[in-house]
Amino acid sequence: MYLEVNDLTVDFHTEDGVVHAVGGLSFEVERGSTLGIVGESGSGKSVTNLAVLGLHNPETAQISGSITLDGQELLTASRSTMERLRGNKIAMIFQDPLTSLSPFHTVGAQIAEVYRKHKGVSRSVARDRAIEMLDRVGIPQPKLRVDEYPHQFSGGMRQRAMIAMALVCDPGLLIADEPTTALDVTVQAQILDLLRELQEQTGTAIILVTHDLGVVASTAHEVLVMYAGRAVERGTMREVLREPRHPYTWGLLGSMPSLRQAVDEPLRPVRGTPPSLINVPRGCPFHPRCDFMELLGREVCTGERPELSPHRGHGDACYLPLKQKTEIRERAAGKETT
Amino acid sequence: MLRFLIRRVLGAAVILLVISAVTFFLFYAIPADPARLACGKVCPPETLEQARRNLGIDQPLLVQFVSWLSGIFVGRDYEGLGHCPAPCLGFSFVNKAPVFETIMDRMPVTIALTLGAAVIFLIFGVATGIVAALRQGKPLDKVASVASLIGASVQIYFVGTLAMYLFVYQTQVFSQPKYVPITEDPLGWFNGLLLPWLVLALIFTANYTRITRSTMVENLNEDYVRTARAKGMSGRSVVLRFALRGTLTPVITIFGVDLGTLIGGAIITETTFGLQGIGRLAVRAVDYSDLPTLMATVVLAAGAIVLMNVVVDSLYAVIDPRVRLS
Ligand SMILES: Nc1ncnc2c1ncn2[C@@H]1O[C@H](COP(=O)(O)OP(=O)(O)OP(=O)(O)O)[C@@H](O)[C@H]1O
Ligand code: SF4
Ligand SMILES: [Mg+2]
Repeated sequence: MYLEVNDLTVDFHTEDGVVHAVGGLSFEVERGSTLGIVGESGSGKSVTNLAVLGLHNPETAQISGSITLDGQELLTASRSTMERLRGNKIAMIFQDPLTSLSPFHTVGAQIAEVYRKHKGVSRSVARDRAIEMLDRVGIPQPKLRVDEYPHQFSGGMRQRAMIAMALVCDPGLLIADEPTTALDVTVQAQILDLLRELQEQTGTAIILVTHDLGVVASTAHEVLVMYAGRAVERGTMREVLREPRHPYTWGLLGSMPSLRQAVDEPLRPVRGTPPSLINVPRGCPFHPRCDFMELLGREVCTGERPELSPHRGHGDACYLPLKQKTEIRERAAGKETT
Repeated sequence: MLRFLIRRVLGAAVILLVISAVTFFLFYAIPADPARLACGKVCPPETLEQARRNLGIDQPLLVQFVSWLSGIFVGRDYEGLGHCPAPCLGFSFVNKAPVFETIMDRMPVTIALTLGAAVIFLIFGVATGIVAALRQGKPLDKVASVASLIGASVQIYFVGTLAMYLFVYQTQVFSQPKYVPITEDPLGWFNGLLLPWLVLALIFTANYTRITRSTMVENLNEDYVRTARAKGMSGRSVVLRFALRGTLTPVITIFGVDLGTLIGGAIITETTFGLQGIGRLAVRAVDYSDLPTLMATVVLAAGAIVLMNVVVDSLYAVIDPRVRLS
């Protein structure tokens, strides 16, 4: 596997107490494949990604576990090693391209800078490369636009420029944290098409964080569902969207029939409030909001913390027997269709 | 960018014209006999006569103002006194010399005093602000805020006089402030101005520390700074090339205000340290009722402040392409 995250834990020491933002998270991403990460706000998606990039402040964040990229351990890597990897082998695009690009530098300079830093090429080579990248991400008249500033670009063009900047060094892993949330719908589709197309050309592994089921359905190969800093379900896109097993995933996906044809709609808000990350609920962290706890009994759901099972393939972290989950799902689907 | 500049400079010229006119009419229109005033306190009858003729008292005020104004561009002839070459800011009947000459004589003192101090407090303030922001150490920030509060509330003449008493009269750590032209004796120039510079820096630095620190802390949390780090930029270049850029605008704003305050308040600084700059010249002009000189110093001070504004506005455009290109 290209990226392997094992038992990742990220704690923040704050004035209110220790925030357990990510607890014992494991997942992997293959070359050329896209992992979609979904989960409600505060479930630890961004914290996980920033940990992969090594961008947490070591003074406030306490990180343990293991993250390996192409066999190389990142969590213990030196600062200069991480600086060499960032932008080069691991790249990231952020949600809001307007605020994520520097208003003081031209788009071209911001792209060329990455290339120069990592490839040690001359200014003019880097500039040519910036123009080439702008062209590749579909920006018209790249020779002119290379000297413009981000505020002279439209929202979609800015995100394209962000993508050009992220991919300028041909990274092995691209992390896209809600790359289309700030864009309007038609532009969203174009950006996703572009990402897919570039992935086919380069074989980059992609982690795609999104709140949009349609984006997951159209772009992700694998899906990871996060709750309270943990994985509660993992599988291929089809498995998770068509045969979701975890009650939280059911909640996110909303009414059952819509699963059959992954509709272009946002994830549903789940009943109840997100858990405290300072005092994470005992046992299954979802139990205070779960409608199915009675089926097992409170002692079971608040006892040991459930782990993802089975270990490989489509797995989820809930004690309900698989047969029962399938029944519940099918009953709900039947009710909706009749 | 060019159009922007032209617009600003034209605007500044209009403001200066209005200030000159208002000053002129205030100074010359109210007194019963302007020639008497222009001539100064100790005024021999023949000088008074000359002043009458040269001011063109019998002319309407507007014509007098226009001759004053045109003198700046083409010079003026003062009957019986000689030619006052352009830029002619008037003729001092007290000094028996064109006002501009006297001003050029004094100008280097005020400029060296002000700019020297400004360079120190700007560099030192911004540098300590960056360090404070990077440490995010609360103690240093608290020191800076308290210091800037003290700096804002103490007066130059108080700290200056105290410093003069302690370091010049009592301990001789510093020599008596004086002005030696830099071309004659660079070291003497430096030594003569060091104490006033340090006193001004003491008063002004903390404000820059505080503002640089707070905007820097904000900027370090900006998305584009995070992007820079995500691109693998080293810590230093993230701070200097990205985060610092955003702090320049507020720093330059207060720098413009402070320079204006310092030049406008040159009277206080120069009196405190006994330096003979434009400020002292203005004081003397008041003492001797030397109206042409006083008028020139007022217009000059206003000019310095207006110019500072143009420079600051242009710098905004240089720093921020969003200002330049909109
Ligand atoms: N530096 C930090 N210090 C303290 N707590 C933090 C810090 N960064 C994140 N957190 C907390 O960690 C939790 C997870 O945050 P994260 O940003 O990963 O959520 P997310 O899943 O990306 O949510 P969203 O969908 O809103 O982007 C949140 O409760 C957040 O408040
Ligand atoms: S383990 Fe219990 S509480 Fe958790 S999701 Fe399953 S049934 Fe609900
Ligand atoms: Mg997030």
